[in-house]
Amino acid sequence: MKRAWILAALFLFQCRPAGAADSAAGSALDWHGSVLANYATRLGTTRHEKPASGDFLLGEERLQLQLSGTAPGGGPGYFAKTDFLRDETNSQSAVDVREAYLTYARGSLDFRAGRQVHTWGVGDLLFINDLFPKNYAALFSGRPMEYLKTGAGSLKTSFYSDKASLDIIAIPVFEPDQFPTSQSFFLFDPFSQVTNRVEAKPRHDLDNAELAARLYRPILGFDAALYAYRGFFRTPSMEPDSMTAPTKLTIVYPRLAVYGASLQGNAVGGVLSFEAGFYDSRQDIAGTNPLIPNSQTRFLAGYQRSPWADFTAGLQYYGEYMHKYNRYEASFPAGLPKQDRLRQLLTLRLTQFLKYQTWKLSLFSFWSPTDKDFYLIPEAACHVTDELTATVGVNVFGGANNNTFLGQLDKNDNIYLSMRYEF
Amino acid sequence: MTKIILQLMIAAALLAPASAAPATAQPMDAAGIVGKMQQAFFYPGDSFRARIKMTLKDISGGERFRELTMLRVNMPGGDQKYFMYFHAPGDVRRMAFLVYKYAAKESDRWLFIPALNLVQRIAAKDSQSSFVGSDFSYEDVSGRNIEADTHKLLREEELGGKACYVVESMPKAAAAYKRKVSWIDKTTFLPLREEYYDVQNQLFREFSAEEIKEVDGVPTAMKRSMKNVKSGHQTVVEFSDTKYRLALKAGDFSERALRNPPGSWIK
Repeated sequence: MKRAWILAALFLFQCRPAGAADSAAGSALDWHGSVLANYATRLGTTRHEKPASGDFLLGEERLQLQLSGTAPGGGPGYFAKTDFLRDETNSQSAVDVREAYLTYARGSLDFRAGRQVHTWGVGDLLFINDLFPKNYAALFSGRPMEYLKTGAGSLKTSFYSDKASLDIIAIPVFEPDQFPTSQSFFLFDPFSQVTNRVEAKPRHDLDNAELAARLYRPILGFDAALYAYRGFFRTPSMEPDSMTAPTKLTIVYPRLAVYGASLQGNAVGGVLSFEAGFYDSRQDIAGTNPLIPNSQTRFLAGYQRSPWADFTAGLQYYGEYMHKYNRYEASFPAGLPKQDRLRQLLTLRLTQFLKYQTWKLSLFSFWSPTDKDFYLIPEAACHVTDELTATVGVNVFGGANNNTFLGQLDKNDNIYLSMRYEF
Repeated sequence: MTKIILQLMIAAALLAPASAAPATAQPMDAAGIVGKMQQAFFYPGDSFRARIKMTLKDISGGERFRELTMLRVNMPGGDQKYFMYFHAPGDVRRMAFLVYKYAAKESDRWLFIPALNLVQRIAAKDSQSSFVGSDFSYEDVSGRNIEADTHKLLREEELGGKACYVVESMPKAAAAYKRKVSWIDKTTFLPLREEYYDVQNQLFREFSAEEIKEVDGVPTAMKRSMKNVKSGHQTVVEFSDTKYRLALKAGDFSERALRNPPGSWIK
């Protein structure tokens, strides 16, 4: 850790921030970054049985360094973004390599190799065909939005043509999504009495490499895309050694294949979005294994418009339809919370900029009529100067039951504060 | 009789040079003048690139900056494609913005957010929204549909030593302003000054082209400003590294450019 700091300091000592002149094509080094102070604390906490971390969901300082460059005349290039952080809640320091990749462009082909963030699909905080790693714990505890996506060591090949363009991404080593843990969150745990738990991630075999592809082109003014994915559920499943008296839990990531499509374009005075994907649960094709998710069709429709200056509103409807629901119901153990055949979710996003966009007021809300739970994120961000931004917001969770995805977070309502200086 | 004819001929000869000074001797109609202004201001040279520095000044003397590179290519039928890449400040660095502007319908707009590697379509309905927090709106940056206003030639007068048409434009439907008065240079057809009046007929916004230079033979407003008269907030825009008629392909204005902008574009 210490060595990393010294290396970074020595490296930067010899450079200076990229000015107007040398950020031109063919500069060997541009460097930028930020310092972030980010804190979140639970609101209205209960006095007993608190998670180990106490009331603080987040207490950290980060120095982020971004280095990038391209060879003279274009062609190859690189980009690296690393966070050096201090986590005050567990008194530890760490290095987080967010992204580090090489790029090479030739003719109609682009290659990008290394740790990189991938995003596609048309949902707003709802992901159907975007099956790349995410960190939901970051979202729920008020980290800046960029921390929702985590990088994946991967190779991306893009082919462009006038007819259609194609992205193919290979991820050799599986990385699960990060969810809140009972270390700092109140969570529903159906096997809370079982403490012997082991995580069984897919082995680092070539056969377990994930593959994702997107084929896209404009059709009648709409952005149309087809998607395919072969890999694993990034949300863990729990396998008890016995259904009646479990003593050990194995956390597994079952095989998954997804085929989907999306369409997005201007219509009826705003932007209309549609996306759907068929989730093929490869290890439970029959739908009779209660420990592995059944195959589903997931879909969303969204509409976004700007009715007045500097204000936008976005509405989404999202559904998860479970195939072979009868078999799911028949095989599902009694006493555990059961999912609906059609899980539905509505989201609303409102954003208003004020005072020459130095203030941004926003509200994002999830509401599920089937799970009867909700999640609200009101936030105010102020650009004090071009460099300094201060953000304060609240994560509010709730629901009729404490075993639904958002309802279980009910006791984790929190207020977060972040201050960021960018250079 | 002969004398009168001779006098008329002399008078005509004397008047001729003055009235023939602009390209057309025919008096122009207001919509025609605005049309030529739009061609000179938003469309010249088929394609265009500039490095743009915006200075946002508030009334208490505070300044903020935006630095971007803008590329434009004209399409048939008055359509255009714009690409903008942001160099500064830090919170927008490496962001890119792609606009397909159509003469007859709402623009398509995409924004690339580098931290999420996300290409996002943006609702385009409201063209009055501020462009990156400046005093310029999206409409000020890429032009307003000429048919959206009725235009009237008020008078012809000099502004800063330049002969101008003074044209009044009134929106046919509700808009950000009730009335706009433009001083359009008779020679270059560039707008030298614009005044925007609100529903109470009070001046609330002023545009001014402060420095005009020929670039590749095209008169170009290299420095321009927009001032909000009521709040005192002002935005000054300065162009540098300007170039017209670049070898740009319309097909290059694509998602690829948003995610991996060509090095030659973003200098």
